[in-house]
Amino acid sequence: MAAAAERAVYGRSVPDGAEEDYESDDAPDDSGAGGITEEYSDSHAYYDSDIYRQLAGAEDAGTAGGGNRGDGDGAGGNVGGMKSRKPKWYGTKKFGGLHYLRDIEIAGRLIVIEGPDASGRSTQIELLTTQLEAEGYAVLNTGLTRSEIIGQGILEAKRNISLGVRTLAMFYAADFADQLEHKIIPALQAGYVVLADRYIYTLMARNTVRGIKRSWSSNLYSFALVPDMTFYLDVDPYVLVHRVFAKRQSLDYYESGADMGISKNMYDSFIRYQQRLAREFEVLKQQYGLNMVNGNRSVEALNDGLRKPILRYLSKA
Amino acid sequence: MMAASSRSGAADGEHGAAGQAESKKAEAGRRRPRRRDVPGKLIVVEGIDGSGKSTQLLLLEKWLRYNMFEVFRTEWNSSDIVRSITSKGKKKEALTPTTFSLLHATDFADRFERHILPLLHAGYFVLADRYVYTAYARDVTRGCDPAWVRKVYDFAIKPDIAFYFRVPLDTAMDRILSGRPKLKFYEAGADLNLSKDLYESFRIFQHRIVEQYEAMHKRESFVVMDATMPIHEQQMIMRAKVRKLLPKKLKKKTVLEVPEHV
Repeated sequence: MAAAAERAVYGRSVPDGAEEDYESDDAPDDSGAGGITEEYSDSHAYYDSDIYRQLAGAEDAGTAGGGNRGDGDGAGGNVGGMKSRKPKWYGTKKFGGLHYLRDIEIAGRLIVIEGPDASGRSTQIELLTTQLEAEGYAVLNTGLTRSEIIGQGILEAKRNISLGVRTLAMFYAADFADQLEHKIIPALQAGYVVLADRYIYTLMARNTVRGIKRSWSSNLYSFALVPDMTFYLDVDPYVLVHRVFAKRQSLDYYESGADMGISKNMYDSFIRYQQRLAREFEVLKQQYGLNMVNGNRSVEALNDGLRKPILRYLSKA
Repeated sequence: MMAASSRSGAADGEHGAAGQAESKKAEAGRRRPRRRDVPGKLIVVEGIDGSGKSTQLLLLEKWLRYNMFEVFRTEWNSSDIVRSITSKGKKKEALTPTTFSLLHATDFADRFERHILPLLHAGYFVLADRYVYTAYARDVTRGCDPAWVRKVYDFAIKPDIAFYFRVPLDTAMDRILSGRPKLKFYEAGADLNLSKDLYESFRIFQHRIVEQYEAMHKRESFVVMDATMPIHEQQMIMRAKVRKLLPKKLKKKTVLEVPEHV
């Protein structure tokens, strides 16, 4: 019920029946959630999108390199063996989406791996990258705070503890927007499979546990692309904490929610912060149709659980 | 006419005490604070470059300070943490409209969370040289969705007065270009590909921003200033408006004009 109400604010025009239903590791159905971009009927009077197309084109040439399996003739056809289509945005005609990109077509697929710190995301993405490349797909990896212009700034700014909650939230959004437009979209246009190490959901969950209203975050990120598949690696916080210690013997300040003053005991703070995030992901799962994956398993078992549905999906794309 | 020192106590006391009361509910600006929780006054000036708004705001600041009010002035895009990034991005000319918008929003959020809101709670006069309306005008001109931009900034508190300086484009252009030999890329809106000529681009860009301001001035209840009037006359109008915000007993004592020697 709550999910339905939230969706109204957020304006996704997904018919209830077509809601993504990849609770298990089954291949998702791509038929739902269409038609969002078509609603962008009110063309904006001001923006001349030519410069943007040039920009995206230049970026294409840069990133596509020799790795593109397509023949470069992307006009409505097949790039990289996958069908070209209009991208799906979270916003509707009333607001959201990147207005000035409403005419673009993308051929690649966007696959998101979400999960807490030390849940095994990067290991899995590394494995998946190799496996997808072995299957002949060109792969691009992205992650948070990796934008060229902004990423470093966030890391520096985070050392400054007096930074406000809203400021940090906005900073992350800027970094995400930069990567979306400079990396993700150009790569998708060139027919890449983009494997994203976290996406807007982590950012939204962090905002919410820090007291920012959900509707503000979902409005903020309404310009984001709807991923083709999203997996959330669900790992018990007590398992997580041991994995973190195995990795680096200390807990990260922000990943422990230390900025929130939950507890003076860092261990306790970490557990409780991660539990709050996990609860928030339950809400996000309902709202955005995230695919929950049991991350308490071995690397191999988890990899099976991800690789199979992804390959099945891509072979049909 | 003078007796400024006694007023200072009154101002501090009155504005300060009320600030403690319900401020907890509006904690850290995560929710949009209710106006009555905030005893300070927020005065905003808006308008295109060369409209004379900054000059007027400085004069207003002088007047308030002379009358012993606690004043904080803040400018658009001036937060330290964000500025280096914005300038890096600008140098590369690699900022898309959305990124550009969000970086300015980050800057604003930082100034809002650390300065504007706490100072308003403490009873300050906060003078903002440009506010969210600049984002509404510029970002929309750059191609961002108007409703989206407004949602992004919806945590910001509504100003007590927003002065909009309406000025003919030619006047503004003359004022700016006389002191500045070269226009900057983003300043001229060159990212919008409006014209190969930077000056022509600047002109078109400013014109579109004016259109945005004009379209919103009723809804946002701007106090529209005729920016072609003599500086002194404009300032008198502003002071009269701001004076109305003061509590009764302070209003009587407030010196309307700052004497010559200040």
